[in-house]
Amino acid sequence: MLVQALKDQGVDTVFGYPGGAVLPIYDEVFQQNDIKHVLVRHEQGAVHAAEGYARSTGRPGVVLVTSGPGATNAVTGLTDALMDSIPIVVFTGQVPTFMIGSDAFQEADTVGITRPCTKHNWLVKDTDKLSGVIHEAFHVATSGRPGPVLVDIPKDVQFATGTYTKPAPTASHYQPRMKGDIEEITELVAAMEKAKRPVFYTGGGVINSGPAASQLLRELVDATGFPITSTLMGLGSYPASGKNWLGMLGMHGLYEANLAMHDCDLLINIGARFDDRITGRIDAFSPKSIKAHIDIDPSSINKVIKTDIPIVGDVAHVLEDLLKIWKARGRKTNVESVAKWHMKINEWRKVDCLAYTDSKKSIKPQHAVARLEALTKGHDRYICTEVGQHQMWAAQYLGFEDPNRWMTSGGLGTMGYGFPASIGVQMAHPDALVINVAGEASWLMNMQEMGTAVQYRLPVKQFILNNERLGMVRQWQELLHGERYSHSWSEALPDFVKLAEAFGAKGILCSDPADLDDAIMEMINHDGPVIFDCLVEKHENCFPMIPSGKAHNEMLLGEAETQGVIDAKGSVLV
Amino acid sequence: MSALHIKKGASKHSAYNLRPTFSDVNERHTLALLVENEPGVLARVIGLFSGRGYNIESLTVAEVDHTGHLSRITIVTTGTPQVIEQIKAQLGRIVPVHEVHDLTVEGSSVERELAMLKVVGDGDKRVEALRLADIFRANVVDSTLGSFVFEITGAPEKIDAFADLMRPLGLAEVARTGVAALLRGE
Repeated sequence: MLVQALKDQGVDTVFGYPGGAVLPIYDEVFQQNDIKHVLVRHEQGAVHAAEGYARSTGRPGVVLVTSGPGATNAVTGLTDALMDSIPIVVFTGQVPTFMIGSDAFQEADTVGITRPCTKHNWLVKDTDKLSGVIHEAFHVATSGRPGPVLVDIPKDVQFATGTYTKPAPTASHYQPRMKGDIEEITELVAAMEKAKRPVFYTGGGVINSGPAASQLLRELVDATGFPITSTLMGLGSYPASGKNWLGMLGMHGLYEANLAMHDCDLLINIGARFDDRITGRIDAFSPKSIKAHIDIDPSSINKVIKTDIPIVGDVAHVLEDLLKIWKARGRKTNVESVAKWHMKINEWRKVDCLAYTDSKKSIKPQHAVARLEALTKGHDRYICTEVGQHQMWAAQYLGFEDPNRWMTSGGLGTMGYGFPASIGVQMAHPDALVINVAGEASWLMNMQEMGTAVQYRLPVKQFILNNERLGMVRQWQELLHGERYSHSWSEALPDFVKLAEAFGAKGILCSDPADLDDAIMEMINHDGPVIFDCLVEKHENCFPMIPSGKAHNEMLLGEAETQGVIDAKGSVLV
Repeated sequence: MSALHIKKGASKHSAYNLRPTFSDVNERHTLALLVENEPGVLARVIGLFSGRGYNIESLTVAEVDHTGHLSRITIVTTGTPQVIEQIKAQLGRIVPVHEVHDLTVEGSSVERELAMLKVVGDGDKRVEALRLADIFRANVVDSTLGSFVFEITGAPEKIDAFADLMRPLGLAEVARTGVAALLRGE
């Protein structure tokens, strides 16, 4: 019945790991050919792979794991998907209903454990209700603000036969509002007509809303000529090559983007949530601006930053109405002032905040990412990352032209996310170039998935910036903890080339800047999974940086400014 | 109406008029939720309050519509206006929560709580307890030669006042139901 429900939901790929409590379902999976099952090597990997699949396609990712440890291993992935609003549906086996509560073998209170880390979850005790719950689960995961859901199915319910019901989208009482309030939208249009220093601040909500939202955003930005910046999650919704593009904002965002946020007089938040990585010090955040906020989730509004023009609705729907109203009112903007605003921004741009001192002796990590960008730009390319310095360098030095091309763990900051995510992306896009920009420490957290990549011949490229350090931790220890590098380096790293070969994949080692281009080309051209061990400068710090507890206009641009910049109040922040 | 408040009858899908008029003063609000009567729904509500660090002063829950499978949860909470708005919005996100009402802003409402108090004593104290119970219109639901159990219904403040009076007279135990509340009028 579960397999039939998945087919009716249009599922083509499931990431999973079998075990005692899901054997009846695996037996059904065995006897059909419509749905591909990908055997991961750890349940956390299954959930991240499903996230990668979901983010690169816009369709929900599906996971099937067993009870007890299978479910608890999925918890990190569920929390990651909840924080980043990624639609995934996780099915867990459970001990038979008559054994629930008896501390049975591989029993865990799965719905209890996953209640705070899912959008919703269900324990199905009646086979007749199973298909209805599954359809509802897909509906909840994908509508409104998307998120992870979990369906816990006891083994006796899996064995029993019941009546199957077809999906019916109107059956659910859960119907989030899509259209924004016209009065509020009109008020925003009026503010846009008058604004002297406007800026668009976009987030993952634009991407979650679907390709139409990105199209409408591009039309709006190009028609108004307003500058646009984006969060880590929103990269690609407006092209990096676009003329109004400021680059990413936030803690490691670009100088021009952060100063534009600080000095603007109209801030238009589209599908972002004023995360603390973005705002820095709340009381000094964008002090001179009127703030508009478009979000499908009413709880995002006024959660962190007071909003003057709140608009609850789906980004695509709201932008469509916004454009209509703006056009109907005569396509007005304050052209002269906005042109002056662009001149001001261009002055900030001249600071060239991403400049770094290159080296002929060692590979600078920024250089490695910049070369990766140059050599893969024309490809049908998807980028994943792990979490840390490499993630920020990837966000800074790679250009994203389209949505759904950038998979990174934003809210939860999960080390070990990128590799399994790249597997999920490659499953969805078999012919594309899928690269995971990684740090060696993050990558090792889910390295067992090499087995999956090799088994399914997924040519994922693991581009590891290896500094033999937990780079971001090391950077904070340098800035905050008197250069006492407590446990932030690894003394026993594997030989990544041999590791690749042990799994039956290809390994490439590169330590000389002169060899870098050839090595990257070798990686791209190899038809199969590659571990690229890029030995980079070990003590490079990631700049620009807004230190904890500081405002956007107090950012650090380079090494010379880093001593004693974080005060006692800022040091308690993470 | 005040710009901060969700319109009367607003459910989670039309949370408009979210204009901020934030102050730092703590307010006491009574919220009424209509929720699907399914396992775990109370845990979701309580987990939200503990997970996000909100206060619960009192909470009552019972099924109110058997055919519609709906329960009503009444929560009394305190917080700044911004926190109260967040609580309502976060409650509205919970999938089995059908409606969120803020009785404190949607109009005047009646609030009642039931309490039982055991008072142990003899002589004058016993007589005085009975006399005060009469003034508060509390009923005696159990009696021994050395004790009474009083049942009292009213606003929480009335029950507080009654309990305060009983304390020197030998108050031994209190059981309170928490607040149930309804909007006045139609």
